[in-house]
Amino acid sequence: MQIGVPKEIYSGEKRVATTPEVTAQLIKLGFTVAVESGAGAAASFSDEAYRSAGAQIINDAKSLWHSSDIILKVRAPQANEIDLIEPKHTLISFIWPAQNPDLMQKLSASKATILAMDSVPRISRAQKMDALSSMANIAGYRAVIEAAQHFGRFFTGQITAAGKIPPAKVLVIGAGVAGLSAIGSARSLGAIVRAFDTRPEVKEQVESMDADFLMLDFKEEGAGTGGYAKVMSPEFIKAEMELFAQQAKEVDIIITTALIPGRPAPELITEDMVKSMKNGSVIVDLAAEQGGNCKLTERDKVVAKHGVSIIGYTDLPSRLATQSSQLYATNLRHLLTDMCPKKDGQVIVNMEDEAIRGATIINQGNITWPPPPPTLSATPKKQESAKPVTHGGHGAPSQPASAASLFMVFGIGALVLLGLGSVAPPEFMSHFTVFVLACFIGYMVIWNVSPSLHTPLMSVTNAISSIIVIGALIQVSSADKWIMYTAGFAIFITSVNIVGGFAVTQRMLQMFRK
Amino acid sequence: MTQGIVTVSYIGASILFILALGGLSNQETARRGNLYGVLGMGIALLATVFGIVTSNYGVLLGGILVGGIIGFILAKKVEMTQMPELVAILHSMVGLAAVLVGLANFLEHNTAITGVNRTIHDVETYLGILIGAVTFSGSVIAFGKLSGKIGGKPMLLPGRHWLNLGLLLASIWFGNEFLTQSAAGAGIQPLIWMTVIALLFGIHMVMAIGGADMPVVVSMLNSYSGWAAAATGFMLNNDLLIVVGALVGSSGAILSYIMCRAMNRKFFSVIAGGFGTSGGTVASSTAQTGEVTAVSAEEVAAMLTESKEVMIIPGYGMAVAQAQHTVNEITKALRAKKINVRFGIHPVAGRMPGHMNVLLAEAKVPYDIVFEMDEINADFPDIDVSIVIGANDIVNPSAQDEPNSPIAGMPVLEVWKGKTTIVLKRSMASGYAGVDNPLFYKENTRMLFGDAKSTLDAVLKAITG
Repeated sequence: MQIGVPKEIYSGEKRVATTPEVTAQLIKLGFTVAVESGAGAAASFSDEAYRSAGAQIINDAKSLWHSSDIILKVRAPQANEIDLIEPKHTLISFIWPAQNPDLMQKLSASKATILAMDSVPRISRAQKMDALSSMANIAGYRAVIEAAQHFGRFFTGQITAAGKIPPAKVLVIGAGVAGLSAIGSARSLGAIVRAFDTRPEVKEQVESMDADFLMLDFKEEGAGTGGYAKVMSPEFIKAEMELFAQQAKEVDIIITTALIPGRPAPELITEDMVKSMKNGSVIVDLAAEQGGNCKLTERDKVVAKHGVSIIGYTDLPSRLATQSSQLYATNLRHLLTDMCPKKDGQVIVNMEDEAIRGATIINQGNITWPPPPPTLSATPKKQESAKPVTHGGHGAPSQPASAASLFMVFGIGALVLLGLGSVAPPEFMSHFTVFVLACFIGYMVIWNVSPSLHTPLMSVTNAISSIIVIGALIQVSSADKWIMYTAGFAIFITSVNIVGGFAVTQRMLQMFRK
Repeated sequence: MTQGIVTVSYIGASILFILALGGLSNQETARRGNLYGVLGMGIALLATVFGIVTSNYGVLLGGILVGGIIGFILAKKVEMTQMPELVAILHSMVGLAAVLVGLANFLEHNTAITGVNRTIHDVETYLGILIGAVTFSGSVIAFGKLSGKIGGKPMLLPGRHWLNLGLLLASIWFGNEFLTQSAAGAGIQPLIWMTVIALLFGIHMVMAIGGADMPVVVSMLNSYSGWAAAATGFMLNNDLLIVVGALVGSSGAILSYIMCRAMNRKFFSVIAGGFGTSGGTVASSTAQTGEVTAVSAEEVAAMLTESKEVMIIPGYGMAVAQAQHTVNEITKALRAKKINVRFGIHPVAGRMPGHMNVLLAEAKVPYDIVFEMDEINADFPDIDVSIVIGANDIVNPSAQDEPNSPIAGMPVLEVWKGKTTIVLKRSMASGYAGVDNPLFYKENTRMLFGDAKSTLDAVLKAITG
């Protein structure tokens, strides 16, 4: 099947759905790849690079769409692209079905199969195709870089000959993927970072990034299904707003990433809070697309209000086009790898596969969105069903034998020996002495044998246990033919054993070397 | 040669044998130890041949020469991966020899011994043949299982414990018959019957034991062959046989104990046979969900070259695929790139105690980078990449956190604590224990499917090429 990668026509979109590196990997899966001329130019991938990776370059979008079976895109198809969709197409891109019901109707009318990268379920094994996380990671990084550009000071604190520079204080609201990425980026620039999230379980993650987690003195569980946040109670929101108001006076930069799936973004930063911030402060609102976490955010713009720069860009990943194209293309490749289990260049939309089922929003014209809820959550289970077995390095802990049981063992042993000694002739007892002592010597000697030499130990003990040949040698001189031949045969097999055992031991030991 | 000189020679041989086993305490002295063993055997043989044998030298020499040559050829030709089979078949020969010597001794009808001495002598004969026969048939079956001539799955007859008990009672009854008849100068019939029963018992016992328990079986048979020699020694009033038998017997017993401990299983439950039959909940408690992440050989090579600490965990699969030489080549290539490569060996990896060490030694992996489980288990958090080659149960985390698992409590190599684990496997089939392995579904586990030899060859090519 041919994969077609058209140039993104959404205004300002610089990303591209595949890179030359991924192209080569897709070809290994058995696909042929066609890329529209100039598709990767904005993300610094030249047509030449695609061509040398094995892709075909097609100049005209129409013929690209027509000749391809699978279309990989970043943005949802625009009006004039929808007309190009044919029933044979499998289209994979961001769609946002909840926000775009009209688009869904039009796409379903095309009878094609549509997979939405934003609908890939948040389950462990689908992480490799979770484009939302990839993009959020980039958005978080870029948010800090944008903030740095509009912020008039260093992030890091310094003592210089020209005076002391205090470090910038950054507040990150929402510690999802984007939030954590922003925390990490701001920390590595040297800022003091604080973070807040309604889900207390992310505290550990925040602290692992070397930021402070702001706690509310309020008990409410903020985790919804699938690892996302949910709407909180009014009391909680009140306490939360008080915290933000107090923080707004202290911090220099606020990065907000608070989103609840399928709802407008919660308003967390009021106009009063903005007013209370220091002059020259910066707010980066990563929720601008869903209406913004800040009251004064304007979509896709940087505005200065009350001396605070408020950044409302919605295209942060596109502003880092090379990186985001690379990650997105890899996410797409992983999805295609799962859809093409035989690596024969044929995709199968397996509706039994939870990840593919979740992503498939339209299957041959039938709307299959929303999918059934995921059975596995990314949040760890509250309670482990079984306690782990504790054990030392040596299996079950061995209890030292109690004095009483030790006494019992020795007592019984002594009685048995006494019984034996009372009836057995002295000759037997002298042999028995030898036997018992030899057992003890064996016990002492064998425990010292290195475990790596256990196999040679077995072969050498095997060889020496053929000492039984002596029994046969004693009997071989018998006048009775039967006994002689029996003994002769015993000599024969024990000789196999003696020579074989020693020789193979020697051979093995020769091999052990430093 | 006088009896005194023979006895002195026997004492010398006993000391040399003890030194031989003592030498195995480390690799440097092991070779010298083996030579002590050869010397001891030579002295014992010469003393016996010149001191005791009076006639029939032709049969004697013929037996020694032909047998020796066959043994020598066997030892030279055997593949290191076939060592368990070789050891098993050699055990069977000791067992058979014990039976033959016992029978021949009985046939001589030494009428000089009477009374309590007669009874003791007969009990010794009887025990020697009994243990010998069990060793013989058990080892033959073990050989069949190890070489794949007989299926590895445990054969569980209904009521097998009762069958075993019946066989035991029958052999005791025949023993009693034998003692009464032997006192009257007869007794060959119960002796033969008992031998047949012992042979059946040996077959039945080993047939019921699964492939993964083979290390225990092999070391147990090793022990039996020693006890058979010791019993024969009592029968013949020969201290050398007693000493050697006791040494070998206790050696095998200790090995069996070590192997059982490494699997956290009771010796008796291994011998009673069948894995998981006592628990009754074989892998039913946790049906595995989730999916495995497969990777290609090139990706594995990239992961390896980018790491600093690599741990290789070989299992029986490496032996089957004969991949040890490729493993050594990969080790050399990685070490040349200043990557610290180590090997972690689980005590029951493979089909015989120390099996993996021998294979790695054959491939010339230096033994100072090969470690035991207890030595390296704490190091896994620092390991960048662990490669599990054809092993399953010995790296199964459910041994630690799944109390209902049939392998619960068995010490395992904690590979999942490392940063990434690569598991080489032919397919998703479960190990011998029949337990599913949650390791494969862990997020930091990657699966490399295919024959270990060919996939590792591809990895090697990607590393060096």
